[in-house]
Amino acid sequence: MSELKNISSLDSLPLGEMSDRTEWVIDKNLIPILNQVLDPEIPVLTILDMGVVRSAIIKDDEVIVKITPTYSGCPAMDVIGEDIIIAFKNEGYNAKVELVLSPAWTTDWITEKGRRSLEGYGIAPPLDAIADKEVLLGGKKLVKCTNCGSTNTKLVSQFGSTACKALFKCSDCQEPFDYFKCL
Amino acid sequence: MKNNNLYKYILSITDNTLILGQRLGELCGHGPSLETDIACTNISLDMLGQARNYYQYAAKVKGGNTTEDDIAFLRKEHEYLNVLLVEQPNTDFGYIMARQFLFDVYHLLFLQELQKSKDQTLSAISNKAIKEVSYHYRFSSDWIKRLGDGTKESHQRTQNAVDDLWTYTDELFHQTETDKAMINDGIGVDTLKFKSEYYERANKVLEEATLEIPESRYFQKGGKQGMHTEHLGHLLSDLQYMQRAYPNMKW
Repeated sequence: MSELKNISSLDSLPLGEMSDRTEWVIDKNLIPILNQVLDPEIPVLTILDMGVVRSAIIKDDEVIVKITPTYSGCPAMDVIGEDIIIAFKNEGYNAKVELVLSPAWTTDWITEKGRRSLEGYGIAPPLDAIADKEVLLGGKKLVKCTNCGSTNTKLVSQFGSTACKALFKCSDCQEPFDYFKCL
Repeated sequence: MKNNNLYKYILSITDNTLILGQRLGELCGHGPSLETDIACTNISLDMLGQARNYYQYAAKVKGGNTTEDDIAFLRKEHEYLNVLLVEQPNTDFGYIMARQFLFDVYHLLFLQELQKSKDQTLSAISNKAIKEVSYHYRFSSDWIKRLGDGTKESHQRTQNAVDDLWTYTDELFHQTETDKAMINDGIGVDTLKFKSEYYERANKVLEEATLEIPESRYFQKGGKQGMHTEHLGHLLSDLQYMQRAYPNMKW
């Protein structure tokens, strides 16, 4: 379990160099393994779809994966770190996971495939930042119901079942559903 | 300790988020409605997550075998450097939202400046935290307007809360020797720069909420020097219970 300490360890915090995009390298050979790791709270989404993997490289026989939290207090991060180490171990790699905070994660990093997976799972994917504000503050009807597709929906609560979601309800089919907030 | 000022400065930031996060966490299962209960505990989670980031850094600055948990759980009351505002107890929902609102306005302005800190770690943490805090601010300012401009009862309760808590707002801008040293080094935030903006923003929401802006010139301070109100000790007895009852226990 000693490796797990790296997830929240101090060596990992921060990280001016991460603002350099060339650092965000994901080794192609590692992608199939990373794709096996799912978000524990939204298990249809891989961590790559989620955009939380900032880099994954092989260095001196060791895989180094840098992940970034969606929210500061996201409890899924420890589990994700653990799952990454297990996934690589199963494939014969020794992996080390580091947490980086900067640049801060944004919902823009969720991939197109990730957005479709979210919708299929019953979570409306994030709108663009302006529409998001109009929905959460101005009561505009722009979020599409994941059950019937109607946009005749209303905000129930700005905070939902996890930090990243708001609670909505469809006024047509009456179904409650989650909306992934812009961040 | 070589970096004693930096260490104390980090604590003065993060003790605010830990203590307010703990206060909001106390509402888990006790919120006035399911939605507000979930919202308050979500905000609590954000704040505790931010606190972890700061405490991890503080542990690194302190060096040795210190861990984030040691700092969060094993200090005595007078070693906590949070402002008095955040330790005030949960009474009614109007009070809880007023406390949150008066802190959120400050928190947002503070993080905006902390992003520019020369200290890369503090800048990175604030860069992340500010996105979350803008949601907190939306939530608390919305509720201030709803409660203030709501029923006679909700208006009166929220007014009482604002009148009470106003006493603690000036401390947000009180600068200790540590603060001054950190400002000089380009690491700390000069809070006086946004003091007038703080009151302008707060007053604007209070006016919209049809609430009176308190005229009191009497302000209370001391938390940043470790002198707290009687409420902090009770909060800590809850927060530290596990580590005090079962020293070194691991989760």
